[in-house]
Amino acid sequence: MAVDYAALKAGGFMRQKQKDTFSLRLRVVGGTVTTEQLAAIQAVADRFGQGYIHLTSRQGVEIPFIRLNDIDAVKAALAEGGVSPGVCGPRVRTVTACQGGRCCPSGCIDALQVAQNLDERYFGRQLPHKFKFGVTGCQNNCLKAEENDFGVKGALAVSWKEEPCILCGVCEKACRSGAISIEDGRIQVDESKCNYCGRCAQSCPTDAWETESAFLVSFGGSFGNTVAPGRQLLPLIRDSETLYRVADAAVEFFAENAQPGERLFKTLDRVGWDKLKEKVEAAYNG
Amino acid sequence: MAEYEIRDTVDITDVVCPVTFVKAKVALEELEAGDILSIHLNGGEPVQNVPRSLKEEGHKVLKLLEREDGTYDLLVRKGED
Repeated sequence: MAVDYAALKAGGFMRQKQKDTFSLRLRVVGGTVTTEQLAAIQAVADRFGQGYIHLTSRQGVEIPFIRLNDIDAVKAALAEGGVSPGVCGPRVRTVTACQGGRCCPSGCIDALQVAQNLDERYFGRQLPHKFKFGVTGCQNNCLKAEENDFGVKGALAVSWKEEPCILCGVCEKACRSGAISIEDGRIQVDESKCNYCGRCAQSCPTDAWETESAFLVSFGGSFGNTVAPGRQLLPLIRDSETLYRVADAAVEFFAENAQPGERLFKTLDRVGWDKLKEKVEAAYNG
Repeated sequence: MAEYEIRDTVDITDVVCPVTFVKAKVALEELEAGDILSIHLNGGEPVQNVPRSLKEEGHKVLKLLEREDGTYDLLVRKGED
């Protein structure tokens, strides 16, 4: 019987140079793997692989040197430990994320939660070409949001609270865009300069800021054969509902407009970035 | 600065993050709750991070004074243990 390599690839089995041998890509969301999953992965790599794993460039885990004949046994062994195969090919790939606000003092959003929500909505969805989501918790951009077709960056919308403020001036020093000044004993924020990085609030020693988690989104990034950072086409997104509405619109746009094997940025260069902008603006405005 | 009675001073301009915070913390440990420590620190990362970290440890930031050379003096009241 002929081996359906495309189907195997779609199911995370990446054909190796060696005959009938595969590197099995696993489903990882936001770079998070439980110890229970690790134990199952270790057991499979020992028994069916060569005793090691490969960490991919996008937070994935692959188990190399899986034999064609072992594929079903491998899937069953992994499933017992709560591990499922990943995907490759023309579809929504691994959703990546930094640790975000759960652990990181700089994190403006719960990046893992956003990644899990995106994974739940889109993971493995068939599209004209690969489509990558990445979620980074703040503007330090450890997760490189703009490398992705759809990049999410955590942000903070801030407003000053007069009462706890001691006018120490730390926020003014922390602000990198020169948006904060102290005038007549009051903190002034120049909205036209604020980039929502949240450093003012995060550096404040008296919690004198009201903060609201928000998102900045970039579209059409690619860091493969062609390197092109994603572009921000929308203003600050202040709630999750809007974020997912915008994500739905972008995925839909790609499904409707891309030619087979064409990355989002190429589609946009061909049909016009304004087309996507129009569509995501409509989603942004509800 | 006259309104505050400073118990001790520490200079953390000779170290970098995260030792800046550690050095300030060690200096605070020598004091009693309620005492005021003056911390001499650099602009940039130290002034953005140290005041907040001290607050998170339960101390109270009172004032930040900028010197002419671009460094700062941070006045902190030691919190209860």
